[in-house]
Amino acid sequence: MNDWLTQAENWAFILIALPMVLGAWRSVTSRNVVHSVLFLVITLAASAALFLLLGAEFVAWSVVLVYIGAVIVLFLFGIMITRAPLGMETELSHSNQTKLGAALVSGALFALITVAVITGFGETEIVSNPTRTSEIGQSMFERFVIPFEVVSVVLLAALIGGIVLARRDPAEPGDSSSSLGGAQSAHVTAEGGEA
Amino acid sequence: MILGQFIILGAALFSLGVYGVLTRRNAVLVLLSVELMLAAVNINFVAFDTYARDVTAGGQIFSLFVIAVGAAEVGIGLAIVLLIFRNRESANVDELDLMKL
Amino acid sequence: MLQLLTNANTLILATEEGGHAAEALSDGGLLASMAWLIPVVPMVAAFAIVFYGKRMPYKGWDIAIAVMGFEALYGTALLLAHIASPIAHDFQVEIARIGSMPIEWGWTVDGLSIMMYFLVGVVGFFVFLYAKGYMEGDIRFTWFFASFTLFAGGMLVLVSAPNMIQLIVGWELVGVSSWLLIGHYWEDHYASSSAIKAMLVNKAADVGLFVGAIIVSMSVGSFRFSDILHAVEGGAAEAPLLAQFAFWGGLALFIGAMGKSAQFPFHVWLPDAMAGPTPVSALMHAATMVTAGVYLVGRMFPLYLTDGFATEVRAVIIIIGGLTLFLTGLIALVQDDIKKVLAYSTLSQLGYMTAAMGAGAYTAGLFHLFTHAFFKALLFLGAGSVIHSVHSNNMSDMGGLRKTMPWTYRTFLVGSLALAGIPLFAGFFSKDEILASLNYAIGKFSTADGGSSVATIVLILAISGAFITAFYMARTVMLTFHGEYKGQAHPHESPKIMWVPLVGLAVPSAVIGFMNWPGLTSTFTDVVGGRAVRVLDHHATEFDYLMLSFGLTAAVAGGLIGMRIWGPDKETQAARDTFRIPLLYPLLENKYYIDDLYMDGVIRPIRGPVARAINWTNGYVIDFVVNGAGLLARSVGKVVYWFDQRGVDGAIHASGAVTGAGGGMLRLLQTGKVQQYAILIFAATVILVAGLVIWF
Repeated sequence: MNDWLTQAENWAFILIALPMVLGAWRSVTSRNVVHSVLFLVITLAASAALFLLLGAEFVAWSVVLVYIGAVIVLFLFGIMITRAPLGMETELSHSNQTKLGAALVSGALFALITVAVITGFGETEIVSNPTRTSEIGQSMFERFVIPFEVVSVVLLAALIGGIVLARRDPAEPGDSSSSLGGAQSAHVTAEGGEA
Repeated sequence: MILGQFIILGAALFSLGVYGVLTRRNAVLVLLSVELMLAAVNINFVAFDTYARDVTAGGQIFSLFVIAVGAAEVGIGLAIVLLIFRNRESANVDELDLMKL
Repeated sequence: MLQLLTNANTLILATEEGGHAAEALSDGGLLASMAWLIPVVPMVAAFAIVFYGKRMPYKGWDIAIAVMGFEALYGTALLLAHIASPIAHDFQVEIARIGSMPIEWGWTVDGLSIMMYFLVGVVGFFVFLYAKGYMEGDIRFTWFFASFTLFAGGMLVLVSAPNMIQLIVGWELVGVSSWLLIGHYWEDHYASSSAIKAMLVNKAADVGLFVGAIIVSMSVGSFRFSDILHAVEGGAAEAPLLAQFAFWGGLALFIGAMGKSAQFPFHVWLPDAMAGPTPVSALMHAATMVTAGVYLVGRMFPLYLTDGFATEVRAVIIIIGGLTLFLTGLIALVQDDIKKVLAYSTLSQLGYMTAAMGAGAYTAGLFHLFTHAFFKALLFLGAGSVIHSVHSNNMSDMGGLRKTMPWTYRTFLVGSLALAGIPLFAGFFSKDEILASLNYAIGKFSTADGGSSVATIVLILAISGAFITAFYMARTVMLTFHGEYKGQAHPHESPKIMWVPLVGLAVPSAVIGFMNWPGLTSTFTDVVGGRAVRVLDHHATEFDYLMLSFGLTAAVAGGLIGMRIWGPDKETQAARDTFRIPLLYPLLENKYYIDDLYMDGVIRPIRGPVARAINWTNGYVIDFVVNGAGLLARSVGKVVYWFDQRGVDGAIHASGAVTGAGGGMLRLLQTGKVQQYAILIFAATVILVAGLVIWF
């Protein structure tokens, strides 16, 4: 353990991990919706920093761009549009009984993974090896080109699906047909007038 | 750095995400907790990628895919929430009990 | 079981150029290296028509006709260059990889594909020209040309494929665009269900194609046709794995071919595909789609003809071909819908091609494909012209049209004579070559196990088929163009844009047979023989006069009897009544009840139970899983709790509490609240995974 603490990288890890876990904790417990989203920003920024620590630069900046840049804004929009209560709100979470059950389940999950990882990997060392973006690009467009195409189709489907779902229906059918009928009858009258 | 520290951090994040999914009443916040779980998965992917020293950087590529799919999921999820909100004047998950017939 | 063929390898070589001497083949220069344009241009154009078609002066038809003009010119140029000096060009670039096998995209330019480029280009050009007149005023005019261009483009992707994967892509493109086109009038229930029928029947057969492609490619270790065929050329000793699986691979590939080429059990979709617009039927039955299966067999031909590989499959091929050509020809006799007559005649002619392929006559089968494409497109367009004019598909509403529609009549007559196999028209040469090759094949099948008697039966069926063909074509011409007009509408000659393509197709229908005049010319043999691999083949170097006289007698007799029975001057109702043979006639009218068999025997028994099974699954299984997860959690909890009570370990208290909470929540299980279900699912997962972790 002492050995572990002498490495500067591990101090950096602690500095990143602490705000990360705290941010995640506050994000799922906060009684203010907007705060909850802002805590998520902290967590995601920390995860980006963690990726930098592991040498995955491109992933780190993708997280910053996509998540912190776009997804968070989407969440804030979602909150605004659904008129979620913006101030302090006690009814944001379930009752204490449900919370207890959920806490037990997620605690058990955490314990399970921790035990499995410690028994499985022990003190396996890993060394950060920076991956250049060009390598990522080469790999993505050679080895993983088909998954890449599939993801692009998924994104397209999500785009169309999002539009279809969120779009307001056009005017009531009754309205449109009556207005159309009106226009037609006017047209007929005009023709009749000419004749 | 040991591998375990990243995985345990990921596990903590994932468990917090699960907790959020299970306890939040507001559908937007449920989605937000799902994002937390996806972030945990990404950490695992990148950590194992570094561990395996994969020449094709498969773990990183897949974390990019997770980001893309996550973004799609938020888009669709929020659209559905919006639809539910329009129809039922509420975005609370526990009021959606149509599954009980 | 299928050891019908013993000495298939005594067949002679097709051509000098295409045979041994690969160095005699040129790589085709710029013309071949730019041939990627052939499949790419129509695919791009199809999208261009969707997006910009409506803004063009002719609503997208102009793009489509320009593309088909380009294809026709390119195909003709390639054909001429190939005749001058044989081309074999093959280029592929890797786009992805499955394990060690690269997935490649490319194009192939050799005799076989050049023949198809030419065919699709030229026939397609005339059909597209005609379609403008036929589709004028259609509400989905632009969309029709977009999917029609996609259809032609899909066929060109298929034909240009240098490997299995690209072939499958083209195959499916043709399938999906045919679905779009058959269902073009989807407001009509018959059209939409015909489209679905075509799709489903093709899909059922496509399983064979996939299985065959996988078997053959995996046992060679490459998707490339060139690798597969070179492995075959090397002999069974060089490719033991392929030799071991060749029978099943070859059979599965042929089943795929049977679907697209509408061979006997899979033929049911083709007559119903008439529900699409007539230009679609014309292209589908002539140059595209139905030729794909025969093309596939031609492409893989060495596999079926080299000793030690799939030679036994040829027995299946020849039997299927013989059955198809005879049975479907009979149905054509009793149809009233003019397009259905032509559709069944297409099936019958496809049977000829398949039988020829099965007899090992590569040239004869492809030559019939080639000539048939011209005159069948001509006949369909002529029928479309008639339908356009009398507003009915039924021959009982036609009659006497030769005066009002002179151009349609003349060209239709040329097509009928060619189809019936009257000398000097294109169909005569190709059908005669098939009969000659079937006759030749009898000697090549072994007599010991009945192989030669099977071949003899197929030959007899083929000669009877020639009789039937002439008979129903005489009937069609008589009922449509002679006698009294029986319909309600006022017939008129079609506009120029419709009859000019008819003339354009009538000319090749009359003369293209001269390409392979036995003993005189062998241009077509040289064209399709000019491939990078040696293709074993036998083709007639001179007329087989015995077969010629049989075939000719059958055709002339069929034509004369047909004209007498259905002729106008003798309104011989009695003769027609004797034609209505009891039992046989209803059997034919109901198409041997095969459709009913499929509907009542296959689809209904599956559809009802599947619907019930889905309902039952919804009702019971899903509830059962949810309840089961809860019950599992509780019973695991009980077990753990029991340990706890015994005081095994204080640390187990925690899990006892989890399961206690789980058990408590079981009471709330059926709340309909998603998150409570989620808690249970997570809890069950955690417990199961924990069990797994402890177990190992």
